Amino acid sequence: MCRIGAIKSLNYVHPSQALLLMQSQQKGHDNSGFAMVMHDLGGIFEGYKHLPTLSLACTDEGLKIAEDMLHAAGFQRVLQWVPDTSQQPGLDIIAMPNYVFETFDYPKHYKKAEAKEKEDLLLDMRLKLRKALEKDELGFVYSFWPDVLTLKEIGDPKDIGTYFNLWEPDTKFTAKVITAQCRQNTNYDIVRYAAHPFFLQGYTALANGENTFYLKNVEYQRKLHRGYIGFESDSQCFLYTLHYVHRELGWPLSYFKHVITPLPFEEIGKREDQASLLAIRQSLAHLEINGPNTIIGVLPDNTLFTCCDAKKLRPVVIGRSAEMVVFSSEVCGVNEILPDRDWETDIYPHEREVVAIDSSLEVHRWKQ
Amino acid sequence: METMKVNDITANDLPWKIRYDASRCTLCGSCVAACSFRAIIPKVERRRMVFSEGDFPEPKQRFSAVPVIRQAHSIKNYCRGCGICEKVCPNDAIGPVRNVDSRHPIVTRCLGGDSIKRGGRKNLEGTTRTLDRLRVGRISQMTDPSLDAQRHTFDMLAPFGRILPSRKLPLGVSPEGLLQADGQTPPVHWIYPVIIGDMSIGALSWRMWEAVAMAVAYLNEECGLPVRMCSGEGGVPVKLLKSKYLKYMILQIASGHFGWNRIAKAMPHMIEDPAGVLIKIGQGAKPGDGGLLMAQKVAEHIQAIRGVPKADLLSPPNHQGLYSIEESVQKMFLSFNAAFKFRVPVAIKVAASATSVSVFNNLVRDPYNIVGGFFVDGIDGGTGAAHEVSLDHTGHPIVSKLRDCYLAAVNQGRQGQIPLWAAGGLGKTGDLAADAFKMICLGANGVFTGKLILQMAGCVGNEMGRCNACNTGLCPVGITTQEPALVHRFDVDRAAQNIVNYFLAMDQELKKLMAPIGNSSLPVGRADALVATDRAVAERLQIQYVC
Ligand code: SF4
Ligand code: SF4
Repeated sequence: MCRIGAIKSLNYVHPSQALLLMQSQQKGHDNSGFAMVMHDLGGIFEGYKHLPTLSLACTDEGLKIAEDMLHAAGFQRVLQWVPDTSQQPGLDIIAMPNYVFETFDYPKHYKKAEAKEKEDLLLDMRLKLRKALEKDELGFVYSFWPDVLTLKEIGDPKDIGTYFNLWEPDTKFTAKVITAQCRQNTNYDIVRYAAHPFFLQGYTALANGENTFYLKNVEYQRKLHRGYIGFESDSQCFLYTLHYVHRELGWPLSYFKHVITPLPFEEIGKREDQASLLAIRQSLAHLEINGPNTIIGVLPDNTLFTCCDAKKLRPVVIGRSAEMVVFSSEVCGVNEILPDRDWETDIYPHEREVVAIDSSLEVHRWKQ
Repeated sequence: METMKVNDITANDLPWKIRYDASRCTLCGSCVAACSFRAIIPKVERRRMVFSEGDFPEPKQRFSAVPVIRQAHSIKNYCRGCGICEKVCPNDAIGPVRNVDSRHPIVTRCLGGDSIKRGGRKNLEGTTRTLDRLRVGRISQMTDPSLDAQRHTFDMLAPFGRILPSRKLPLGVSPEGLLQADGQTPPVHWIYPVIIGDMSIGALSWRMWEAVAMAVAYLNEECGLPVRMCSGEGGVPVKLLKSKYLKYMILQIASGHFGWNRIAKAMPHMIEDPAGVLIKIGQGAKPGDGGLLMAQKVAEHIQAIRGVPKADLLSPPNHQGLYSIEESVQKMFLSFNAAFKFRVPVAIKVAASATSVSVFNNLVRDPYNIVGGFFVDGIDGGTGAAHEVSLDHTGHPIVSKLRDCYLAAVNQGRQGQIPLWAAGGLGKTGDLAADAFKMICLGANGVFTGKLILQMAGCVGNEMGRCNACNTGLCPVGITTQEPALVHRFDVDRAAQNIVNYFLAMDQELKKLMAPIGNSSLPVGRADALVATDRAVAERLQIQYVC
């Protein structure tokens, strides 16, 4: 079973923390990969928060194609960071030749554009790049968004950490929100895209479980939005539902849980807001999920949240200190990162609960 | 010896032969009295007997007149194989035997000069049904545990009514961050996913209809299963229209408009809305044939309910005056919606045919969001009366047609917006739960069933051409007749009880099927839960093939 984790902190933290968080849960996953998404970037990216950063793993040819396309579209590079990799013999990693994190300035005619226009541009650009690099696996475009960075790799998480020099904390490469997972997907062939977390237009989601309504979800989502593509993993659907409910429909986060695991009809009948809940249940039946899951998500305003399936078949625990909140599939993960916290205040969300952490680390819990 | 006429009808020309053992017969007369078709008659035979009276054998012969039971050799009073004679015979002296050499289809047409009519299902020799080539194949295991069917709670409800696409939902966000309705949505009822299909009062005996209505009320009020029944096109007794039980009834209107006058008149007195309105455009078992209620069955109370004289009642195959989907059906839907002030979902029933998907596509795009359900009815269903040739040779099986409709909706990203309900031979093997479950996985929101309900109540009809005399008004078990003597054979309470019990068993079985795939709500469209053991079926339905 997958293990997942997330860190949200008042101060910038280095990804080594995420590695440690996952490392301690090692027995719970198969060590077949490591992936993370970082929001609210620090270090060298701190000064560029308003500009989109591209996260790309590619071949030399792929890199050239991608850069040419971006330049042709009018994007100008303002920052490039290529992680120092240490290629040592014996490392269990199937690395791509290049890992590129580049920040771009918007094309000139977009400088005065509305936020929505820019956001659509970034999505379309990423989809175009992905398509262009798909052939012969020239490259993998994980995200192209302001203040967000994604790294995904196949191999042993420990070795991936070593390869990217991630074990040694520094101040150059940090973020205030990091979500991570240590496993490649098992449901389908290994595809780099398939590793959690998944990202779309400021939203990140990762899950620990099975989506038994995968087919229903996919069949429906494909027609909902041009960005809902790939479906390399059955839980990618959670990201798209989150994006759809929160961004496309403009509903508050609390309704995400009502969409994915709606209350039974009997309970809906007892509620004051039954009209809305019933309408959701009717119109979004194909976004329901029915399998065992814990979902962790990040919103564009960097709110970090988690919720479980309606049967509570997958675990998650939340530990916190004054400066940091840690989500983890297992409590050993939290112990690793926050050994001195008051563990009695740990939160074990139940099957009808959503726990969200805002940017001042205030904890919001609400019952579905 | 009498000259033989080769064209005379004999028992060997008929579909069933009567096995009669004179030596066991006590001549009680029960069988003759019980045969509603007059297919057996008492007769006197002249018999020769050899006997000897003295101490030594001294054979003599005597002729005597012996009463016996004999099969009627008539294409009108032919034996339907119902087995009632066998049931009533105290000595096992009589019973029907299927005649493989039957010339029935030929002689009946030759002598009658008319098309053969029949009640009930398609009886052409069946191969294995498509549904029986499907299995539930995706079983939840370690990472995705099965549910405990006995202890877990399941949400076994299906929508009846138009579902708005999410972007069109009239919901706004309040200052407190709550969604609030700021407009009307079409009426939607969440009901049990198995509807008792449309069988009219008139087609059924009044006691059978009462039994179904009773069972439905009991299922709703005592068992917590929100089962709905469809009235069929014959109208509804006024008393029921004015009662609280109307909420369990889906009122049907077909092209004959039978009974609608009374329904319209009763509207001001209704204390409950009906569960829905179903506009029947076509039916599966005899597509293009319309309804057919023989004069024999139009008893006095039927004349009153339907507002007709005693005559053959034919519903035309089509609603007269409806010539295009866009205009006519919309108009009709609007008027029925308006009649009930847009509080009652209005659905449409069509026959599964080569064009049903086009009809569905048209309705899905309906800009008024008025079509509250698409009922598709396949060839294998049927309780009514029809020409045999239509029953046997027209229409489509339901499985692939349902799947086509669902996938058409998927292609447009509109699945679920018009709930799909399917029927036509479901429960033919007696296992409705399995059939319903598979249809739901293939995309149906729910199913409806008719013939099986009759069988629950005691109908002896089967798929091999037994009985199927529902059109004659002589139903031997009192289900599809208005003959008082026959209707009194029928035990209303027992029939209602049987229906209730069957539904309870089926409910349990549906859960037993949902549990292993880890689903606590209906698995609509979860075709990944099914596998096919037949490659052609797998390809056609787009599901996994296993061998
Ligand atoms: S089987 Fe039915 S129809 Fe045939 S003789 Fe017996 S009672 Fe009559
Ligand atoms: S309903 Fe009556 S007439 Fe029709 S098949 Fe059943 S037993 Fe025969």
